[in-house]
Amino acid sequence: MKFIDEYRDAAAVRRIARNIRGLVTKPWTLMEVCGGQTHTILKSGLQDLLPPEITLVHGPGCPVCVTPVELIDQAVEIASRPEVTFCSFGDMLRVPGSSKSLFDAKAAGGDVRIVYSPLDALKLARADTSREVVFFAVGFETTAPANAMAAWQAAREGLKNFSMLMAHVLVPPAMEAILTSADCRVQAFLAPGHVCAVVGFKEYEDIAERFRVPIVVTGFEPLDLLDGVRMAVAQLESGRAVVENQYSRAVRRDGNRAAVERVAEVFEVNHRKWRGIGEIPWSGLKLRDRYTAFDAGLKFGLSGAVVEEPSECISGIVLQGLRKPYECPAFGTQCTPETPLGAPMVSSEGACAAYYLYGRHREERLQPELPGATPHK
Amino acid sequence: MADTVKKDFNLSCPAPRLTNDSIVLAHGGGGKLTQQLIERVFLPAFADPALEARHDGASLEVAGLKLAFTTDSYVVRPLIFPGGNIGDLAVNGTVNDLAMCGARPLCLSAGFILEEGLSMEVLETVVASMAKAAEAACVRLVTGDTKVVDKGKADGIFINTAGIGAIQTPLPVGPAWVQPGDAILLNGDIAAHGTAILSVREGLEFESPILSDTAPLWSAVEKLIDAGIEIHCLRDLTRGGLSSAVNEIAQARGVGIRLDEAAIPITEPVRGACEILGLDPLYVANEGRFIAIVPAAQAESASTLMGPDAVQIGSVVNDHPRTVVMRSKIGGNRVVDMLSGEQLPRIC
Repeated sequence: MKFIDEYRDAAAVRRIARNIRGLVTKPWTLMEVCGGQTHTILKSGLQDLLPPEITLVHGPGCPVCVTPVELIDQAVEIASRPEVTFCSFGDMLRVPGSSKSLFDAKAAGGDVRIVYSPLDALKLARADTSREVVFFAVGFETTAPANAMAAWQAAREGLKNFSMLMAHVLVPPAMEAILTSADCRVQAFLAPGHVCAVVGFKEYEDIAERFRVPIVVTGFEPLDLLDGVRMAVAQLESGRAVVENQYSRAVRRDGNRAAVERVAEVFEVNHRKWRGIGEIPWSGLKLRDRYTAFDAGLKFGLSGAVVEEPSECISGIVLQGLRKPYECPAFGTQCTPETPLGAPMVSSEGACAAYYLYGRHREERLQPELPGATPHK
Repeated sequence: MADTVKKDFNLSCPAPRLTNDSIVLAHGGGGKLTQQLIERVFLPAFADPALEARHDGASLEVAGLKLAFTTDSYVVRPLIFPGGNIGDLAVNGTVNDLAMCGARPLCLSAGFILEEGLSMEVLETVVASMAKAAEAACVRLVTGDTKVVDKGKADGIFINTAGIGAIQTPLPVGPAWVQPGDAILLNGDIAAHGTAILSVREGLEFESPILSDTAPLWSAVEKLIDAGIEIHCLRDLTRGGLSSAVNEIAQARGVGIRLDEAAIPITEPVRGACEILGLDPLYVANEGRFIAIVPAAQAESASTLMGPDAVQIGSVVNDHPRTVVMRSKIGGNRVVDMLSGEQLPRIC
């Protein structure tokens, strides 16, 4: 398949892996920021091809994982109202709030729909103006333009029965939070290619310079990731710390101007709590004053009550790359995708789910004996 | 800010949800929750050795005859989809469950639950397809039942079929007979059925439409039996796809399974649709695909008998018991787990 097969080519992968082995002289710790990248790494077994000096740690770039429990509770509360059709990307439905998930709300009779785009939610709002259609606006800079577009279009059409529950977060403030943390191990970043396709990478140049940290804007296919590692290691080995663009087939330095402008028109930056990490200043997006008619939190008069969570799970530490998922005592025992203790085990982008689904053989010991039936014949 | 970040490290853990106190869609998805439902609710209530074998159908001995008996319900939306309709599925699905017991399908029952307001034309189309599929599979449809429910209490048509077959394999077939060293053979490209249905639901259009692979499998199984292939296990790849089938076998027998990603055939349009929809083809439902587990020495001849597109996709191993590990196309390794939760609600 064009634009897919080229980036999963075994010979090219081996060539770049050899190249990396030739570059490395000492141990380096790299963080891939985006959960989609984490999943490619685990799903394609990329770690098997890297030299032992390279440690990849997995970043906080999973919007589902970092959406605070209060917001899930608010979503469940809104979705349980009889007059509401609640629309969400599929991943959010299984994330447990303090007592219920959106799936539970659906099973209890709430009208909860999975949509692929906020514009599908708009269609539902237009089709039946007697229903309150609420869209769960989750995501990083990648989903922000489409979500901004939905509010912009709803305003233009004068739709009164559409609103959004805002849970938007931004990548650069999270990277800064990781870099300023006292335990930071990260020596270079593979920056999220899709986020940069929207906003460009000018903002990252400032981070690279201030923190003396190499940043490589990286794609999502196995070859992209390996190439990103190669470029980051080359910088580390030669003592450089700049922003480089591995994902040049999708990313320009200035990003997508129309998308950036639409986002800026509809949203403004605010302080935002991240699940497992805490509040990071100026790390979220909220609707600007002239769009507050579409703010579901205001429309449904929800409280901003803070929910205290129990503390068995170490997802906050995992999301900052300080520990691997399997270093959590609950991993794979108490905490599985069926019984998640934390969001990184739920989301298809979550690091814990990636390790659970694809990487368990790395930790398992061999047990050669065969129980059960007698041999055939 | 560093302080804020560190102070809040532990604010991350919602209360665990260990049990579901009501049924969720994933209980019918063919993955882990379905397994749990069977283990916690059905097996204890109906305790029976044939049921506990947990095969696609029950193998029974009645008056000296070796019979297979199975049942399945069909609740697909849309009712008519590219490559078939709910009628083909209802016949082929049950015929295939019998074939997976090594049994020649003999006769079927059909129970219809119809929703008030269903178009007669749709019903006739579905019934005509059932008749045609039954003829193609050489199986008689010998008894039936019809119920009509109020509008909104069903989704057009629900069909239940049950089937009886005569077991033809000289030796028992099932996970218990799988041996390390055995070859795992697949009869063709995977994930077409689930992708066809989801593409219709999501309004995706492709240059060449993706057709469901719905087909009867008995003739392929019969060829293996007639040629004297020592069949250890057969499994059709319906709900939960290839991953669920191989995981069930690995777990039931306590063996490891190795798959080779490069060997698993997936057509270009199906791969494209899966990329767009964010699906893993290994978890997508099929309606005309099965795996046969046979001794490695017979792999080549068995594969030829299973059809022109049949291939060996992996082997049974002593390593990593109860776990399926796949060598990726780029040469890394990953675990292939059973479907957790649901990937495609109500696909078959």
